[in-house]
Amino acid sequence: MSIAIRNIHKRFGKFHALNNINLDVPTGELVALLGPSGCGKTTLLRIIAGLEAADEGSILFHGSDATSRDVREREVGFVFQHYALFRHMTVFENVAFGLRVRPRKTRPSEAEIHRRVHALLELVQLDWLAGRYPPQLSGGQRQRIALARALAVEPKVLLLDEPFGALDAKVRKDLRRWLRRLHDELHITSVFVTHDQEEALEVADRIVVMNQGNIEQIGSPQEVYDKPASPFVYKFLGNVNQFHGRVHAGKAHIDTLALDIDGHHETDNTPAHAFVRPHDIEVLRERGTQPAFSAVVNYINAIGPLVRIELQRQDNQSIVEAELTRERFRELALQQGEAVYIQPRNVRVFLDVPN
Amino acid sequence: MAPDYRTLMHLLTDEKMAKRHHVLPGFNLSLGYTILYLSLIVLIPLGAAFLKTTELSFAEFWTTVTAPRVLASYKLTFGASLIGAFINAIFGLLTAWVLVRYTFPGKRLVDALVDLPFALPTAVAGIALTAIYAGNGWIGSLLEPYGIKVAFTPLGVVVALTFIGLPFVVRTVQPVLEDLEAETEEAAASLGANRWQTFRKVILPAIWPALLTGFALAFARAVGEYGSVIFIAGNMPMVSEITPLIIITKLEQYDYTGATAIAVVMLVISFILLLAINGLQWWSSQRNAKSAE
Repeated sequence: MSIAIRNIHKRFGKFHALNNINLDVPTGELVALLGPSGCGKTTLLRIIAGLEAADEGSILFHGSDATSRDVREREVGFVFQHYALFRHMTVFENVAFGLRVRPRKTRPSEAEIHRRVHALLELVQLDWLAGRYPPQLSGGQRQRIALARALAVEPKVLLLDEPFGALDAKVRKDLRRWLRRLHDELHITSVFVTHDQEEALEVADRIVVMNQGNIEQIGSPQEVYDKPASPFVYKFLGNVNQFHGRVHAGKAHIDTLALDIDGHHETDNTPAHAFVRPHDIEVLRERGTQPAFSAVVNYINAIGPLVRIELQRQDNQSIVEAELTRERFRELALQQGEAVYIQPRNVRVFLDVPN
Repeated sequence: MAPDYRTLMHLLTDEKMAKRHHVLPGFNLSLGYTILYLSLIVLIPLGAAFLKTTELSFAEFWTTVTAPRVLASYKLTFGASLIGAFINAIFGLLTAWVLVRYTFPGKRLVDALVDLPFALPTAVAGIALTAIYAGNGWIGSLLEPYGIKVAFTPLGVVVALTFIGLPFVVRTVQPVLEDLEAETEEAAASLGANRWQTFRKVILPAIWPALLTGFALAFARAVGEYGSVIFIAGNMPMVSEITPLIIITKLEQYDYTGATAIAVVMLVISFILLLAINGLQWWSSQRNAKSAE
């Protein structure tokens, strides 16, 4: 079932939590709402679920207006960050809850409930825990049970609020891959909220980047990572070096350097911010033909596949981060305190908007 | 609760356990003090009551404690106490709910008001209740035309016992309600449960042990209540005379053994009832105890 969000506004007192949000989620897609805490992503998810009401705007499920529909009638499955399992019920009863509370007419028979609950528990690979109580389970197990419980009512839409937020790093990683596989199996339209860009980039079909109640960018993980639409998205997705300068006739002038950039040929001496990812910072022993800053190696972190280097520019003492492959690092044989040249590539500029 | 008792037994019997390191030392000292304290304050006076009763022969004892007037008073005391505790369980839960879930002007005042029956001298409460519920009182005069008499009837006893028991349920349920995640209610709603089902299947099981505790405390308090009841009850033998009043009456007539005999019966019944409520609580918390491992 597709979801359409039209002109949603939400205020909490004077705080504008959501500011004219428009979003379409096509049937079967897995969409991530990504943003820092307080950006309104959870509020938006709760409005989609019907747990919260928007001040203005409407929510359409499969083209029909669901704005005034109660959460009970929206046919959504909701998974909470802190699981919200019923502590006094066994795992089995937790999953069966949604079936048992149905009116007598539509309630499945006891045998059918058994069959379906066990099928779901097998799906989340926890059938052997059916008789346990939630406090006896680990965090990852609890969240899988919460997911099975949400799926038991055969929802048309699955909504997950920071589903892995309360889990430790290792379990998070396993669970998000598992969620991706599960989604590929079930093809249920899903929206999940996260503040973890890595999680969004790895799991989602599409990412909606939000900031301060607005949508900054909507796109595939590739798009938002490679072509961030705004300085905010650039900074939020991954590490980035930020330079302040001016753009003039197709070149970015950063202090003493004039760097080539795409477009902006007509721009005339406008203040701008330039962004360069750490892996687009070339570190050189000798000054090449391209413009480069001279810098000193401050700190080297050689753990993992990439070597992270913190450099200090010599002209204004600002810090630049670079990432090198291990081979390149060995080739350069850098030592702490050495003087080098750094050459930014793939510079992306955003003109300063006067505000 | 039973698990605590078991732990205690372990500590007493298992030497290894007793030598286990604790951050706060002094198990022997504190246990000794506890037992001494309980003995001086509770066990010895109660034991003395039992001892005093043995001055009577069994036949004498039996006639004293089963006199028709005394039997009627048991019925009234325990009946009215149970009804009062029951009313408190329902309305105390409601009060706790309102205090936890909503904010409204004067909330702190209402919160403080709940404790008032604790602080008020019971005689004052009794006189106030009587004045209001008597046939010419504010509320009494409104009820009179419908043929409802509160003061000087068993109904008045229920009112007084409800009054003094109110704080117990509110104060035991309130913290548990505060701990209850609102998310579980939202989860229940998103799974299609209606409001009643959410209350019945999600909220009530979570607060049930606390509610039972509050009920038991309110009941125990009501059984022993004297001051507030004697004013509003009218104290008509066979109708609105409570057992504590009979005990006082016997004391005033220097019938000490008779008074203690009735007291012993009250003690035993109260103990059995409280034990039963505790048992119920233990049984219902067993599921949670299992899951709390």
